Amino acid sequence: MSVPALEVRGVTRDYHVGGGLFGRSRVVHALKGIDLTLERGKTLAIVGESGCGKSTLARIIAMIDPPTSGTLAIDGMPIDITAGRVTAEQRRKVQMVFQNPYGSLNPRQKVGNIITEPLVLNTTKSAAECRQLAMDMLVKVGLSAVHYNRYPHMFSGGQRQRIAIARALILNPQLLVLDEPVSALDLSVQAQILNLLRDLQDEFGLTYVFVSHDLSVVRYIADEVMVMYYGEVVEHRSRDAIFAGPEHSYTKTLFAATPRADVDSIRARLAAKAAG
Amino acid sequence: MALLEIENLSVSFDTSTGPFKALDGASYRVEAGEVLAIVGESGSGKSVAMLAVMGLLPPTATVTADAMRFEGRDLMALGARERRAIIGKEIAMIFQEPVASLNPCFTVGFQIEEVLTTHLALRGRARRKRAIELFEAVGIPEPAQRLKSFPHQMSGGQCQRVMIAIAIACEPKLLIADEPTTALDVTIQKQILSLLMRLQAERGMGLILITHDMGVVAETADRVIVQYNGKKMEEADVLTLFERPSNAYTRALLSALPENATGVRLPTVADYREEVAP
Repeated sequence: MSVPALEVRGVTRDYHVGGGLFGRSRVVHALKGIDLTLERGKTLAIVGESGCGKSTLARIIAMIDPPTSGTLAIDGMPIDITAGRVTAEQRRKVQMVFQNPYGSLNPRQKVGNIITEPLVLNTTKSAAECRQLAMDMLVKVGLSAVHYNRYPHMFSGGQRQRIAIARALILNPQLLVLDEPVSALDLSVQAQILNLLRDLQDEFGLTYVFVSHDLSVVRYIADEVMVMYYGEVVEHRSRDAIFAGPEHSYTKTLFAATPRADVDSIRARLAAKAAG
Repeated sequence: MALLEIENLSVSFDTSTGPFKALDGASYRVEAGEVLAIVGESGSGKSVAMLAVMGLLPPTATVTADAMRFEGRDLMALGARERRAIIGKEIAMIFQEPVASLNPCFTVGFQIEEVLTTHLALRGRARRKRAIELFEAVGIPEPAQRLKSFPHQMSGGQCQRVMIAIAIACEPKLLIADEPTTALDVTIQKQILSLLMRLQAERGMGLILITHDMGVVAETADRVIVQYNGKKMEEADVLTLFERPSNAYTRALLSALPENATGVRLPTVADYREEVAP
């Protein structure tokens, strides 16, 4: 059996809140023992409401925050960021794309510098090589080389998200953590970014951890779906199984809350309204 | 007589590179007790049209219209004072970012009582009682205690409920909701939409819902207007729009819904560009 791209065992994360001059501090258990295994080239969608810990888990997988307990292994290699023993090579394998493309790009940096910065920091490539790689990457994410010298404010939300994806891919990672990458975008732009992510996955053999609360997007992009509720995994099955019959009560609530845009449900709603 | 009637509304902004036309000759009509959805992506002019009605556009905007009537009264002919008597009282608006549209320096109780003082001249105990009633109507638990909370002490969904309570405080005849659930989770979105639909039905308000989410449209609207690049592309009742969209752009929007994906790739508006762009 091949080595899984991502393995998470018993990960917990506590936050200490409060504890000011007079207040007593308390502990929030943001994650209560998460286990998951993800095969290479697959997409795992993490679904849940705000505050359920899905972004905390994404940050732990991306090696931004350490877990309070439990272990994380990327590509079979155990990762322990608290001891400061993560090598540049290990960090290169996991990259992250954030939710808000207006906030995650430095407004004072040119697009070219944004994309080449990871190369400058992590490799010994010459400036000319970095520049060439960045320009190729711009083309791959659907922009063009003329955008190299522009600033982020000159781009639309969808284009900025493409820049953020280019920056994440420049170090040739294996695992991409996407924290609600399309929820700030318009419907038609959202479709373009989802198509792009799918093309890039095929081209580079990427593994995706895709955090979202939009079930229609999840249904389109995911292979496996993990539903979280108050720091726990309540359901983790293949996409087809979960969409065929949600089991946990929270998953059912989530399905019921997702707006339905088919003609039959509109007809039913109008009939109910007329009967009033 | 329609509740709100706007004919040939155009809005342009003065920019350093000359005037930019955000809205180009759109007409709107809302009857009392009707739910109208205005759909479009960013830059389609859907918010600008309603901000023009409310008189909330910055001075750089030039608003022209053949007619802008609310219950037969010409809004453009009214003076600032007369217009303010209508805005906020008979026409109310709620916005996308509930946390940002409340003042962080005052309690939510102060902010709702401010409206009751300005428009209804309520004072003292009567005012407090009305504020509690309104919080109950929008489903805020422990309303009397909640009046003392500041916006940052409440969740996004709770803040949106406060915004709705403030908007319906004067029993408006028309409520304009500009992307009321975009910043919220799907489960909270469901609650807020049901609340809006319940209040709309109970009070017989006209409701204009501005959104980019076709799912929200399908769940709420009676009639739909689709906008693109400041122009009205299509206007139809909700069933016709979803069943037989006549406009190419509407078809593009509907096929970009991930749940309608038939093949491996999602169709995007760009795939329909030749048909959409005039």
